[in-house]
Amino acid sequence: MSTLPWLHPERVALLEHALRQRILILDGGMGTMLQAHELDESGFRGERFEHGSDAHVADHQRDHPGTCDLKGNNDLLTLTRPAIIREIHDAYLKAGADLVETNTFNATRISQADYHLQHLAAELNREGARIARAACDAMTVETPDRPRFVIGVLGPTSRTASLSPDVNDPGFRNVTFEELAENYTESANGLIDGGADVIMVETIFDTLNAKAALFALSELFHQRGARMPVMISGTITDRSGRTLSGQTAEAFYYSVRHARPLSVGFNCALGADDLRPHIQTLAGIAESHVSTHPNAGLPNAFGEYDESPEHMAGIIGSFAREGLLNMVGGCCGTTPDHISAIAAAVRGCAPRALPSGAAEAA
Amino acid sequence: MITRYTRLSGLEPLIITPDLLFINVGERTNVTGSAQFKKLIKEDRYDEAVEVARQQVANGAQIIDINMDEGLIDSEAAMTRFVNLISSEPDIARVPFMIDSSKWTVIEAGLRCLQGKGIVNSISMKEGEQQFLEHARKVQQYGAAAVVMAFDEQGQADTCERKVEICARAHELLTRELDFAPEDIIFDPNIFAIATGIEEHNNYAVDFIEATRELKRRFPDCHISGGVSNVSFSFRGNNVVREAIHSVFLYHAIKAGMDMGIVNAGALTIMDDIDPPLRERVEDVVLNRRDDATERLLEIADNYKGKRGEAVVETLAWREKPVRERISHALVHGLDQYVVEDTEEARQMSSRPLDVIEGPLMDGMNVVGDLFGAGKMFLPQVVKSARVMKKAVAYLLPYIEEEKLRTGDTAQNNGKIVMATVKGDVHDIGKNIVGVVLRCNNFEVIDLGVMVPAQKILETAIAENADIIGLSGLITPSLEEMSQVAREMQRQDFHIPLMIGGATTSRAHTALKIEPHYKAGTVWVKDASRAVGVAQSLVSQELVEDFLAKVRADYADVRERHRNRGPGKKLVALDKARAQRFRCDWASYEPPQPNQPGITVFDEYDLATLRPYIDWTPFFQAWELAGHYPAILTDAVVGDQASELFRDAQAMLDRIIAEKWLTARAVIGLWPAANIGDDVEVYALSADRPEGKGKLLATLYSLRQQADKPIERPNLCLADFIAPKEFGKPDWIGGFAVTAGIGIEAHLARFDADHDDYASITLKALADRLAEAFAEHLHERVRREFWGFAPAESLDNEALIAEKYRGIRPAPGYPACPDHTEKTTLFQLLDVTANTGIELTEGFAMYPTAAVSGWYYAHPDSQYFVVGRLGKEQVSDYAKRKGWTVAEAERWLASNLDYDPD
Repeated sequence: MSTLPWLHPERVALLEHALRQRILILDGGMGTMLQAHELDESGFRGERFEHGSDAHVADHQRDHPGTCDLKGNNDLLTLTRPAIIREIHDAYLKAGADLVETNTFNATRISQADYHLQHLAAELNREGARIARAACDAMTVETPDRPRFVIGVLGPTSRTASLSPDVNDPGFRNVTFEELAENYTESANGLIDGGADVIMVETIFDTLNAKAALFALSELFHQRGARMPVMISGTITDRSGRTLSGQTAEAFYYSVRHARPLSVGFNCALGADDLRPHIQTLAGIAESHVSTHPNAGLPNAFGEYDESPEHMAGIIGSFAREGLLNMVGGCCGTTPDHISAIAAAVRGCAPRALPSGAAEAA
Repeated sequence: MITRYTRLSGLEPLIITPDLLFINVGERTNVTGSAQFKKLIKEDRYDEAVEVARQQVANGAQIIDINMDEGLIDSEAAMTRFVNLISSEPDIARVPFMIDSSKWTVIEAGLRCLQGKGIVNSISMKEGEQQFLEHARKVQQYGAAAVVMAFDEQGQADTCERKVEICARAHELLTRELDFAPEDIIFDPNIFAIATGIEEHNNYAVDFIEATRELKRRFPDCHISGGVSNVSFSFRGNNVVREAIHSVFLYHAIKAGMDMGIVNAGALTIMDDIDPPLRERVEDVVLNRRDDATERLLEIADNYKGKRGEAVVETLAWREKPVRERISHALVHGLDQYVVEDTEEARQMSSRPLDVIEGPLMDGMNVVGDLFGAGKMFLPQVVKSARVMKKAVAYLLPYIEEEKLRTGDTAQNNGKIVMATVKGDVHDIGKNIVGVVLRCNNFEVIDLGVMVPAQKILETAIAENADIIGLSGLITPSLEEMSQVAREMQRQDFHIPLMIGGATTSRAHTALKIEPHYKAGTVWVKDASRAVGVAQSLVSQELVEDFLAKVRADYADVRERHRNRGPGKKLVALDKARAQRFRCDWASYEPPQPNQPGITVFDEYDLATLRPYIDWTPFFQAWELAGHYPAILTDAVVGDQASELFRDAQAMLDRIIAEKWLTARAVIGLWPAANIGDDVEVYALSADRPEGKGKLLATLYSLRQQADKPIERPNLCLADFIAPKEFGKPDWIGGFAVTAGIGIEAHLARFDADHDDYASITLKALADRLAEAFAEHLHERVRREFWGFAPAESLDNEALIAEKYRGIRPAPGYPACPDHTEKTTLFQLLDVTANTGIELTEGFAMYPTAAVSGWYYAHPDSQYFVVGRLGKEQVSDYAKRKGWTVAEAERWLASNLDYDPD
């Protein structure tokens, strides 16, 4: 696989150069920022979906009966409210992010099927990448010495390939590896076509889902004859210290390192403090760069994340001083204020050095 | 620098570092290698197939090999299903899986189910380089390591030269064309059968060993593996010789660099344990040291045939060794006849008697502990080893006491554990085994016995300054009692950890109902083999905090999952369940009338009659040997041990019968009965009324299934199998209580005085089996004679065990009638205690423990079923019928409640 050339060699060279210089800053939560706009159903639908079904698709082609609520389908806002998405990317870039994540967490066929919008999967990814690309390019023009990068996000989907949803039949699965691989191929193609610099498989609850994504990516790179850097970010779901599908942090890494990722890390589900031991584990064993984008603490009684920018930045600053990090940002509940506090906290800290003999990892 | 170790994963990582020496890949989940596993898969018995995988991991397999290559199996589907199933079992899925098939599509099916990094077994160049590289690239994409067979377009390599040449070419292709990580390459240079009588085969083992040496030299990052049992194929049917060949072959191959193998880990013989003449001739064959090696091995091979696991010639060579080694040998092999003289010899050589315990004896027990921990010894052997240890210690005790008086010196141990079977429960086989295993590992165990009230346990723990308390129990009311003990420990401000064990206990119950009540740490221990590890973690200053933190997190997780498990399957309302009761055409049903109504007592029943009715499978379970009788006797993993145990059990059974160690007694009764709602009324006999029905003697209360079931499957309740009163049919019900445990105490005391836990546990387990056999036998007589509805029935024991007869004998406290307290009614109706000597404890356990009681139902459609979960409505209704408060009903039915009573 690593014998394939890079699809955008000059972008990769810039990114690797930056990674050698300093800890790079990822952006923060998208959902949190969207909530502030308090969009209602018609706000989500925009013009394109205001009459129920998708105005861009002929009646006989669409699955969408037009009766299902679209409120909450954040990925759809890429098409119906692109200005809001762009505004959020801009806010994070201004706060100091070097890389922004596309608004495509749920932009797979499987997840969009919940809204009867599976036909949008490719378009959502392509347009999601385009908006982020435009935001990054605009920012890079302002500070050409600091190039900004687009991370094309592949989310976990709403299903798990190694867990049975039926307690009475542990052998049952509601999604297969092949279906997941097809989903991810379609989404990843959209992200690449839209101008992503890096693909990130993130919020991995179930490593088998991630392996299907990595498999799809390697096939797709093989077909295109060129590859992209891949970031991998798992999720430790609770204080038991395991993924939802039961793996320890170390077992998780060994299960995905065949993809020779640019970085491996953890995001979501826990706050920075609870993620510390797992990031330490990765930092001790990973041949690749290490990333993390934790939540703003654990949800409070109202399901909100309320760790302050200062508090979170304090903890992450200590990660950086321990030499654990190459890339850091925020997940649920984090805002541009968090990102700018984190950027300030890690400024001047040396990035984690790759273990010798592993420089070719990416 | 990150070293190029192979890094595999299941739920947990497996890094193949040089200090692991040799990776055992479990071979039993392979349809081509295990007839038993093949049968399970073909018959769709996946539950049992999963147990085979579990047992391998428990026995020390670090990876398990899965193969479904069989013409009559849809191999892709079987691979997918099995891997998905074992992936859901954390104690199996913690190890990496090896996906084994000669068909690529089957391998891919397996890889698509693996979240961890496993191994593909295998890829090769047999269909050319292009195909090989194509498969290897897929292996990389799926994220696995690969076994590369020494196989090319010309065929399988048999000489050292070809093996090395093909493997080297494969290595070159993989690393050059694909940048395949060398540590993910595992060569299989082909192990072929030797001593086949064909001259060209004589050097096959040497070819493998030499190829291994060369490959390891050239490619130090790669591994060498192989299917070990092939080498001895020509000696199939002679397991002693086969195992000797395996062990000699592995000894030399491992020295040459073989570091992984598909083996039956439990059956590996220690090289030094091979009978010397056999070992020499096996080495001649394996190393091809002389032309007549095969003939010479054949000459003596038959001497070892059929004596699997037994020392063929009772050799006393070990008696020539120094005393330290003799003691170790006696402990590892469980031989007690010389232990006193050896102990005395060791004592004379030591400055203090304690040194004998802390030196040679503990060293020997450490070997036993290690072998047991590695799955190389089984429970019965450990208990035999403990017997030797106890005898030695008993011999030394007076000297130690004397020494103590003189110097004030006392022995050091790992820690002190107070153990008990809780109040109301009398079952102690499992607890005793745990006690033995802990003592073997240098814990001081204070065993308070059975039916121990909470306060006594706690007072003892304080008085003895115990480090841990262990609670055991078998019947469901014991679960509630354990929870009480935990609350009491919290209330009295205890700070020592609590261990929970016993057949009805579970991780879930402990997490939900016990652990939350006690803050200083509660750990559920699955079986005896885990007890030592848990206890050691609990007494270790360095480990305890982490260990308890993990357990707490784990249980919190169980609780969280339990809370989030969603509504589950909803129960139906009681009236709806009742409306869907079992019905038959009562108007045309003619209940069979008994030949001998009323009560019949059997005193001193002939034990020899009962012997053929014994169901042996549970006997092996009591010893934590998994498998069905009789197949277990030839099982590849536990067969030797099971056979040895079976021989010992038969010998003891001979004596039990001949010397009348135990007395069997029973009482049965048959009474007129009628069904009303969910209850059954039982009447006295009456000679002067046509249907023979006299005054009301008792009412039996039953519980009804409330699961939401399809219309064709009724919501069952035992009472449904008795004719409803309104039909006026003269129906009957029966009751029984049997024991085979009268007189057992004297023999147990004798064994205990002799420090012989092995005999003591065997006797208890046999008495249990005899009681069950008695219940089976008497039920048959009831069907044929006393009730007589099946006079011509003729079933063999297998059919009896499979319950292929008309009628049932459900026991209170079991799934069809989970309320233990109904035993009171049964005992009153039959006057059990006066008639048989069986007593009921306050927790409704029976004493002697070797006892069975229950009801007889004769209806042709009567069946066993599981009542399952109960709604509050039924629990309240049941309480009203029984004259209980709802809280009382909730306490006795705690395990069946569908709701949280608090």
